Amino acid sequence: MSTATITADAGHGHAHGAGGVTHVEHQPHHTSLGLDNRKIAIWAFIGSECMLFISLISTYLIYKGKSVVGPYPHEKWTDPNSGETFNAILNIPVTSASTFVLLMSSLAMVLAHSAVVNRHAPKTTTLEKIFGSSKLWLLVTILFGVTFLGFQAYEFTSFVHEGLTIKTNLFGSSFFTLTGFHGAHVTVGVLWLCTLLAMDMKRGLQPEDALIVDLSALYWHFVDVVWIAIFTLIYLIP
Amino acid sequence: MAHTDAAHAAHGHDAHGHHPTPMEYVKIGGILTAITIWEVWAYYIPSLVASKIFIPMLLILSAVKFAIVVMFYMHLKYDHKLFRALFTGPLLIAMGTVMGLLFLFGKVAIRLAGQG
Repeated sequence: MSTATITADAGHGHAHGAGGVTHVEHQPHHTSLGLDNRKIAIWAFIGSECMLFISLISTYLIYKGKSVVGPYPHEKWTDPNSGETFNAILNIPVTSASTFVLLMSSLAMVLAHSAVVNRHAPKTTTLEKIFGSSKLWLLVTILFGVTFLGFQAYEFTSFVHEGLTIKTNLFGSSFFTLTGFHGAHVTVGVLWLCTLLAMDMKRGLQPEDALIVDLSALYWHFVDVVWIAIFTLIYLIP
Repeated sequence: MAHTDAAHAAHGHDAHGHHPTPMEYVKIGGILTAITIWEVWAYYIPSLVASKIFIPMLLILSAVKFAIVVMFYMHLKYDHKLFRALFTGPLLIAMGTVMGLLFLFGKVAIRLAGQG
């Protein structure tokens, strides 16, 4: 392997020798700002994602209350042709539970990051050992993320059974688009976290790996804050 | 915390910033849960839902939760100001856009047109 290749690989925390992977000291990427390019990139990405989700939320709010036919989110509706009555379609208790699950996943994620950063800190008490297990907190975050997706799958399925699809009315179109995009982001986040957990299981995430955990944590927390906005604007405000 | 100044600099953290401990993160999680319970509780009180303070109250509570997650869990309170600019810049543009769109096409526009 040439010197140039080793130098390039060292930026990612390891160099590939003839006998396999050899860990070397992690070096931050040197930039004119003194900041890591990857972290600047994730913040720029999150900024652009803000604009994406605000546009979807705007669409929902603009079309709110303008559906010609039901079912409606917060009110009952009777079909004038068939006489069939549809209840208010949003299920606040279920969504409140899924919101709580996503909030707790953010807590688990930040504890996973903290565990990686403080990997070498002495752990004497049981609580310190629990807080110091990045594998545990990554697994908890993934499980909470999957649970949230399960809640969303249940919600979407029940809506379709109750007569609301993406084609039914303006509410259905804007609602499924917004929450569907959010669910897709959660799915990507879960897959990303699975790769981190696999790395942790294989070689153990070290303080030098804190940045790659930080990048995924930022993405995950962003997905959480988007849901905070969606929960209030779509579900709680009639 | 075991985070060194060098590691902080590599990640863009303010070297003088104090990162919360795991117990502090748990307390923050408790605050977020309490606010969520407050929001849902308010939703089930018809007199409060009918009052004028309901929507502003929910928006403020939501904004507080948003700010707590961004400042403490996303560490923006302790991070380099460039990261704050990269996040708050697009967020402010987006907020301005949504306000503009609601005035043009949303219920606000309908209310103004009705008055005219």
